[in-house]
Amino acid sequence: MEDEAFDAIVVGGGVAGCVTAYQLAQAGHSVALIERGAEPGAKNLSGGVFYCRIMEEVFPDFVNRAPVERRITRNCISMLNGSSFVNLDYWDARLAEPVNAVSVLRAKLDAWLAEQCEAAGVAVLPGVRVDALLRDGDQVTGVRADEDDLAGRIVILADGVNSFLAQEAGIRAKEPARHLAVGIKSVISIPSSKLEERFQLAPGEGAAYAVVGDCTRGVAGGGFLYTNGESVSAGVVLRLDDLEASGFAASEIHDHFLGHPMVSRMLEGGSLLEYGSHLTIEAGPQMVTHDLTRPGLMIVGDAAGFTLNTGFTIRGMDLAAGSGIAAARAAHAALVESDFSQAAMDRYRTELAATFVGRDMRTYAKAPSFFESPALYRDAGLLAADVLHGIFDLDTTPRTRLTAVFRRAVARSRLGWGSLASLMITAVRSL
Amino acid sequence: MSYLVSIVERLGGNHYVLDEEQSHIQVDQEVIAATGTGRVLVRICPAHVYSEGADGQILVADAGCLECGTCLALMPAGTLRWHYPRGGFGVSFRQG
Repeated sequence: MEDEAFDAIVVGGGVAGCVTAYQLAQAGHSVALIERGAEPGAKNLSGGVFYCRIMEEVFPDFVNRAPVERRITRNCISMLNGSSFVNLDYWDARLAEPVNAVSVLRAKLDAWLAEQCEAAGVAVLPGVRVDALLRDGDQVTGVRADEDDLAGRIVILADGVNSFLAQEAGIRAKEPARHLAVGIKSVISIPSSKLEERFQLAPGEGAAYAVVGDCTRGVAGGGFLYTNGESVSAGVVLRLDDLEASGFAASEIHDHFLGHPMVSRMLEGGSLLEYGSHLTIEAGPQMVTHDLTRPGLMIVGDAAGFTLNTGFTIRGMDLAAGSGIAAARAAHAALVESDFSQAAMDRYRTELAATFVGRDMRTYAKAPSFFESPALYRDAGLLAADVLHGIFDLDTTPRTRLTAVFRRAVARSRLGWGSLASLMITAVRSL
Repeated sequence: MSYLVSIVERLGGNHYVLDEEQSHIQVDQEVIAATGTGRVLVRICPAHVYSEGADGQILVADAGCLECGTCLALMPAGTLRWHYPRGGFGVSFRQG
């Protein structure tokens, strides 16, 4: 039995799972990476902007070697209303030197990550769904899949947001709906030359739009547009409790965003390559307060809840990679010392706390409370447009100074001074 | 806008490995009827897996499932059994 056991079994071939498996194999351990998709990447879907600087630590020259789509140099934070569109449009050549973020398509990226794992000696087992954890008392000793038992000294769960196994291990309970959101995405084919012209991009450069407002018909969440090599990923993210209460169909809100005149102009002439959906975590900092370990078990990436929406950057894959690095360090130490106790596994939390993952989760612990404000999903965008309209609409009446324009717009807004002030204070305190 | 075709056509462009032997979704018609949650189930699924038949029964077109888990997360306990399809089956994203 001892000889048949893998040093580590990693469940799930996404960013977190591949990074963990790769690093443990590099350190000389025997590793199995089990993936339920027919090919690695087949079940994985992101928006997806990857703040990928962390990957250089694992795969040197990542941005040049990995199948990434475009280097994001233009970030637009947008408020989209029925008949107005307010943007903070930020392009900066420094974002490409060094590359800070890339757009990715996970079926392609994750297949490459799994190839790197295989080349490093990981036994990659696709098309296998893990059904249960094996235990000896409290100690996790392996996994069961299709009636077959596979023994491992350490099991690392990287099985994504729905992690049935983390629930089975008693680490996670059923998540409240307000902690989760569904992302619905269309990948729309547009030739690269047209795409670069339309989004004002140099070859290889990319744009990322994060949009709030009418695009989600008042449902908490937002829209996004990310340029890929020869396509655009466009869609919405909808907080589940709000989606349920809204009375709208999920697909209807997706179609409303993609059909908006200002959005459809960006997608014009494109044809659909793929329509997909995936759950994501809205309240990462709340979610990761649960345990991350059991004797012989660690949990990484989305399965653990490592996601952040800071209002400007929407992050998951970089935190997945960072948590994978921390877990691999802790697992390596445990394997070297042959100590798989709870105390040995808890070294993972110490490793995490020392990295940007643990620190950022703390820094943005209150960020989700900002996004609970309903004003963000309608009235704030309308107010911004009203202020700008007051500035630009020279209707031959005498002009007033900016403060008066602003005061009038707030007075007319459903938001009002009280809600506006509370939104500002929450933003300052939480973002 | 040629990219906003019907949901059936959109799913038709995706890749799936169909499991002819097992369904990964079972609904409990009685609990759904008793809790009045059928309409919610129909609305929230991005792939329109669920629809309401003429007799009020919930029909399940599991072959089009995108495996997001929205239904499982939102539906009350007892209304639905939902798990990932068996290894190698189900949606197979080519873009992701």
